[in-house]
Amino acid sequence: MKEIALYTLDIAQNSITAQAKRLEITLAEEGNTITLTIADNGKGMSRSLLARVSDPFTTTRTTRKMGLGLPLLRMAAEQTGGSLTIRSTEGVGTTVEAVFRADHIDCPPVGDMGGSITLLLQGAPELELIYTHRLGTDQIGLDTRQLREELGEGISLAEPEVVLWVRDYLQEQEALLRDNKGMKA
Amino acid sequence: MKSLAELRAIRERMEKQIDLRESGDDRIRVVVGMATCGIAAGARPVLNAFLEEVNKRDLKNVTVSQTGCIGVCRLEPIVEVYVPGQEKVTYVKMTPDKVASIVSEHLVNGRVVEEYTIGAAE
Repeated sequence: MKEIALYTLDIAQNSITAQAKRLEITLAEEGNTITLTIADNGKGMSRSLLARVSDPFTTTRTTRKMGLGLPLLRMAAEQTGGSLTIRSTEGVGTTVEAVFRADHIDCPPVGDMGGSITLLLQGAPELELIYTHRLGTDQIGLDTRQLREELGEGISLAEPEVVLWVRDYLQEQEALLRDNKGMKA
Repeated sequence: MKSLAELRAIRERMEKQIDLRESGDDRIRVVVGMATCGIAAGARPVLNAFLEEVNKRDLKNVTVSQTGCIGVCRLEPIVEVYVPGQEKVTYVKMTPDKVASIVSEHLVNGRVVEEYTIGAAE
């Protein structure tokens, strides 16, 4: 994967598969580290699955014997000198935290987080999603509860016009954050 | 700068025409593979391009959705098109610049773009 945003899109789909209703995605860039946290209230993992989950030959799907999402994220984080931590409780949910060392030559760029968050919603429009991107003391974000307040019950977040609006909105917010004009955290 | 209040304008516009969006079995479905393999190969811009084209042309009878790994990872990004009453068409090694012709030729005019299909690639 070329961007941290693409890992985000990939790993967050595990939460949707695990029947999460609520998903919190936080990207925190502070000093020399980039920390990506994906926390869901899905069905969680047993201890034995949790112990094996970074093994590429472990998967819950039945069509094939491998799953590369978490192993790739672990490799990407660790090869920058960072780490991957997975906490999970059956029936409660799972939290995946990847730490990247930003000054390492192998650290991927953050990339298009707006594009990834938007497509997550397009694929799972019922999800309650809270996204926060912190850069030093500034932050931007998105909370689907606010979107639904404006849109009402009848209009899905997967409507193409809505999807494209959310993408443009988030990409603008991301650009403002980069230009150091985000809201103070 | 965009504000959330703009969604209210979208809502008002959509509520007026909400019955126009067809539902049921006569819809064309465009399904983009968005598993690890698809994402790594570039499925995100492809899905975005479909959403943009469908929105631009205001195609009310088309649903764009996502699926997991289709099983031929080396040919990702893969897009499947389901037209009711016809055989599924699988487009492979997709790029955003292939999307406009698939939307205009296949989704609108009903002519499969053979050169992008799995049959032409294999």
